[in-house]
Amino acid sequence: MAHYLLWMIQIALVPVVAPLGIGIINKLKARMQGRQGASILQSYRNLRKLLHKDEVIAKDASWIFRVAPFIVFGVTVLVGASIPLFSSMLHLPTSDLLMVVYVLAIGVFFLALAGMDTGSAFGGFGASREVTLGAVAEGVLIFSVLPLVILGGTTNLVVLATGVTSGYVHHLIPILLAAFGFIVALLAEAKRFPFDNPDTHLELTMVHEAMILEYSGKRLALMEWAAANKLFIFSALAVNLFFPFNLISSAGLGQVMIGVVVLLAKMLVVYVGIAVLESLIAKLRYFRLFHLLFVALILSVVAIGLVL
Amino acid sequence: MKENGSNMFDAIASPAGLITLLSVFGLGALGALVVRAFDHVANFWTAAFAILGSLWGMLFAGSIFVTHHEVAMKVATSSFSGFSVAMHVDKLAAFFIFVISLVAFFCSIYGIGYAKEYYKRFSIGALGFFYNMFILGMLLVVTSFNGLWFLLAWEIMSLASYFLVVYDRTDRKNVKAGYVYLIMTHVGALALLLALALLYHYTHSFDFDGIKAHIAAVPHLALAAVFGLSLFGLGIKAGVIPLHIWLPSAHPAAPSHVSALMSGVMIKTGIYMMIRLFLDIMGPAPLWWGIVVLSVGAVSSLVGVLFALTEHDLKRLLAYHSIENIGIILLGLGSALIFSALHRPELVLLALAAALFHTLNHATFKSLLFLSAGSVIQATHTRNIEKYGGLMKLLPATGLFFLVGSMAISALPPFNGFFSEWLTFQALFGGIAHAGGSAQWVFVAAAASLALTGGLALACFVKAIGATFLARPRSSAARHAKESGFSMKTGMAGLAIACLAIGLAAAPVTRLLQTVSREVTGLSGVASTLHVSGSRTLVVGDHGAVVSGPAVALLLLLVVVLVWAGVRYGVYRRQKVMTGPTWDCGTDLNERMEITATGFSQSIIRVFKSFLLPTLHHAVERHEDENPYQIKSRTVSMQIRDMYQASIYRPLYRLIGMMSRSAEWIHHGNLSAYILYIFAAIIIVLAVGA
Amino acid sequence: MVNIVTKIATTRKRVVPKRTIIETPDEVLKLGKDLQQKIGRLFSGSLAIREVDAGSDNACEHELTALTNAFYDVERFGIRFVASPKHADMLLVTGPVSRNMAHALKVAYDCTPTPRLVVAVGDDAIDGGIFKGSYATYDGVSSVIPVDYAIPGDPPSPTTILRSLLGILEDLEGKRQ
Repeated sequence: MAHYLLWMIQIALVPVVAPLGIGIINKLKARMQGRQGASILQSYRNLRKLLHKDEVIAKDASWIFRVAPFIVFGVTVLVGASIPLFSSMLHLPTSDLLMVVYVLAIGVFFLALAGMDTGSAFGGFGASREVTLGAVAEGVLIFSVLPLVILGGTTNLVVLATGVTSGYVHHLIPILLAAFGFIVALLAEAKRFPFDNPDTHLELTMVHEAMILEYSGKRLALMEWAAANKLFIFSALAVNLFFPFNLISSAGLGQVMIGVVVLLAKMLVVYVGIAVLESLIAKLRYFRLFHLLFVALILSVVAIGLVL
Repeated sequence: MKENGSNMFDAIASPAGLITLLSVFGLGALGALVVRAFDHVANFWTAAFAILGSLWGMLFAGSIFVTHHEVAMKVATSSFSGFSVAMHVDKLAAFFIFVISLVAFFCSIYGIGYAKEYYKRFSIGALGFFYNMFILGMLLVVTSFNGLWFLLAWEIMSLASYFLVVYDRTDRKNVKAGYVYLIMTHVGALALLLALALLYHYTHSFDFDGIKAHIAAVPHLALAAVFGLSLFGLGIKAGVIPLHIWLPSAHPAAPSHVSALMSGVMIKTGIYMMIRLFLDIMGPAPLWWGIVVLSVGAVSSLVGVLFALTEHDLKRLLAYHSIENIGIILLGLGSALIFSALHRPELVLLALAAALFHTLNHATFKSLLFLSAGSVIQATHTRNIEKYGGLMKLLPATGLFFLVGSMAISALPPFNGFFSEWLTFQALFGGIAHAGGSAQWVFVAAAASLALTGGLALACFVKAIGATFLARPRSSAARHAKESGFSMKTGMAGLAIACLAIGLAAAPVTRLLQTVSREVTGLSGVASTLHVSGSRTLVVGDHGAVVSGPAVALLLLLVVVLVWAGVRYGVYRRQKVMTGPTWDCGTDLNERMEITATGFSQSIIRVFKSFLLPTLHHAVERHEDENPYQIKSRTVSMQIRDMYQASIYRPLYRLIGMMSRSAEWIHHGNLSAYILYIFAAIIIVLAVGA
Repeated sequence: MVNIVTKIATTRKRVVPKRTIIETPDEVLKLGKDLQQKIGRLFSGSLAIREVDAGSDNACEHELTALTNAFYDVERFGIRFVASPKHADMLLVTGPVSRNMAHALKVAYDCTPTPRLVVAVGDDAIDGGIFKGSYATYDGVSSVIPVDYAIPGDPPSPTTILRSLLGILEDLEGKRQ
């Protein structure tokens, strides 16, 4: 019985809490701009409204455009249930590092195709930028987790998260270097500053937003929700792989609550960090982003060298 | 009942079964020539025999696996002791026979409809003859057990494919592609002949078992020379960088079902021979062999995919991806060689299983992609991606199959490509963790190149699908495209189902491949890091790295269906979905405003510009007499500098040209001098031979 | 960076309070028919606006741009500006609709998914304003697309626009006096 409850929390946690995270980031950014800003529950209101609107679909679009949002959102829900969130007992067959990376790549694949499907110029170059960034970011993502894989001897994320706690202080420096690389990859994959501005209206500077310009109604709700989920997933991976001190190993109610609360507290730190970063720096020019990604790759390789 | 069944498999897994297999293709070839006057009959004869032969081939290979027999045949001649028609089918050869037959089966079905395009223009009988001879040649290559017989089979395979490459001889580019292919493949065959001759010199045998028995007699330097020569020769066939230049021109030139066979299977025969030579015959390989193969694999995969991104000829793009995937297979093979040198047998089995699995997977998804590309090309009569667009609505089946192939090649679950890349990654991670010293860093570099390659391949196929099938048609040819016929769709559908099925059956297939690896490397009793638990799960190592084909497919399907049902029926059921215009900021959107393949790849080309060296030329033509300030036309051309042509091959051509010109004085036309040359040559040969 | 952070922390926030906005007179004109009750409940927490400049003299645009600054801060009411009409619930149209922009305005209207609102902002958009009778304009947005509400003024101040938007939302909920 308790096991089912644990699974329900695990599956529901990412989709339910992710929009709150986006709300917190927007609220903090607004405060730093001197405004009052929308409430932190605004994302939920937006999603609810979008789910109740009709849709206008471009007549040039094929079935890929219609199917893509379900795949993109479904993929984030599946990955959200597979990663270590608050318990070390909950595994899925998809809890493997490479499986997570490539299942998310299915989402990127269909998102980029949907962007190109309507034949608008914006979607096309948005797709081009997205897959270029994604190609290099995927490499950085795998490499930044590689020091942990070497230490833990496995690519299973749940086992990695529990294994890092032993010998943590001894390997502190490579873990911190790898965490930096992972955070750069997180910003790249979740399309936040300095890679992409999620609030921009300038299509020439958009990466993610350009591909969803043609969506409306329910499908738009799914796409925006999927983007929020992705940010939550990568942040959860960042805190649980590199600073994993809250994974519970029993099913007692008190323990579960503590595990979830500590997870949310760690995520809050990440979200506050992202909001402060977005308020203090500017977006980088597109081709400079790859310099940043290659620096992250090199730091990850240094971390691997320190671990070997 | 069981006895009968096993008797049947025993009967098939015998020399008789092998002879039958080869004869079916031989009959198909000769018969096609006989009926060449009638196009339709020749087409059906070819296809029927090729299909029957492929089915028999799969049955034969299956029987070998079921009965664990090894089929051996040898016909020796007394006059020339080195040469014998020796054939030997062990599990490795049976695996390759299976791969060849699987792909040939679907390509032959496809060919029934595809060859109709060549009726009345070219000889269908000749097509059928060379097609069957090509498959026959490949089967002979993987079953041969004598060096000279192997070279003969290699030659049959190369010549048959040459004639298929130049089949459409009205296009000058095909003819040129053909002779570049012919020259390079013969240079490779020469290198292989030299390697075999070196081995013969020390072991006094051309038979593979004879060489293996006396391999200790070969000194290290000679072994290294044999390794280098055979890597060179087999590398040309496999298409590794920098020996690849024939591949992007030759594979597109052939008819599409032949391109599928060439890319899917012919280049794998090079891999087969590498496994046979380096792991089986030439005994325990030294460490540097593995490092060389691993580096070659890493470079090939990365460079292959980068060049593919710059292409806008659909078949050339697919050809460069073949180079990339050969690189990935060599990553697995190189890891296996390194692990065997480091005495880590459990990892050898993992790495070799990864390489073999990727061989199977690449054969299926690459042929699927070539067949779909052929369908698109037949519908639009052009290979230029820039002229496509919006074909998803006109060619829905082809589009779906191309999508499946693209997802498989980009290693997206639940298709088969993901599982072989997962195994390759596990092998490389195992190398990083357990190899010592400098080998560790080669593994790190290889892992970096594999990680980058995966993402870049996805980018390239988003470009290919997007520019070909999505948005609006960009030319009148694309506007009037028609879907392919039944046989072509069946061929593609079969391969698409195979991609999914192999992905779902990843666990049993891997178990089978581990058996093959055990046999090839002789490590029968060793426990491997790779376990197959149950019929669904692959487990690597002791710490729980687990994937499962059916589980991930089921979870994905379940989640997507639940999301769709929940959103469609759980919220606002009476939603109206209307069709409207694309939002274009109010301008009139035409097909020139959508992204083109060239535009799509500009981001990546600029990121890697120090390697790809893009150039831009601007040519302006003015009205000279009337008004020199008025421009008549402006041409912009963008090119990628092919550095291999520029820095390796053109200097080589110049050198050879120089050498030939300096030797021209021999051709002076004086008949008496020519007779003197022949006389002198005979004297010298007799003197040396005595 | 420390400078900027201290500056952010020490600057007093001077946002126009909601009470001041509510107290300005409500001048919004209702031109459309009664829309369903449900739309009010749909849009009251979250309204996405797409702004269309149909040949305006930019006076209204300046005022609309001011809505998103730190002084007026329209986001706190759940109202935001979006990049595409397909994401929008309300089209805020300014300008007398020049002939060149008529087609674009029509396309933007067609791309906006229902339920949708059209609000004409400024005297020019209502009936042509200072450009009335010109050969180059259509004399108001209602000649091109159906308009639901109108905000008069040349240009209306941001406080007026804010008051009008809140008034529109109240009207949709049926709570307007």
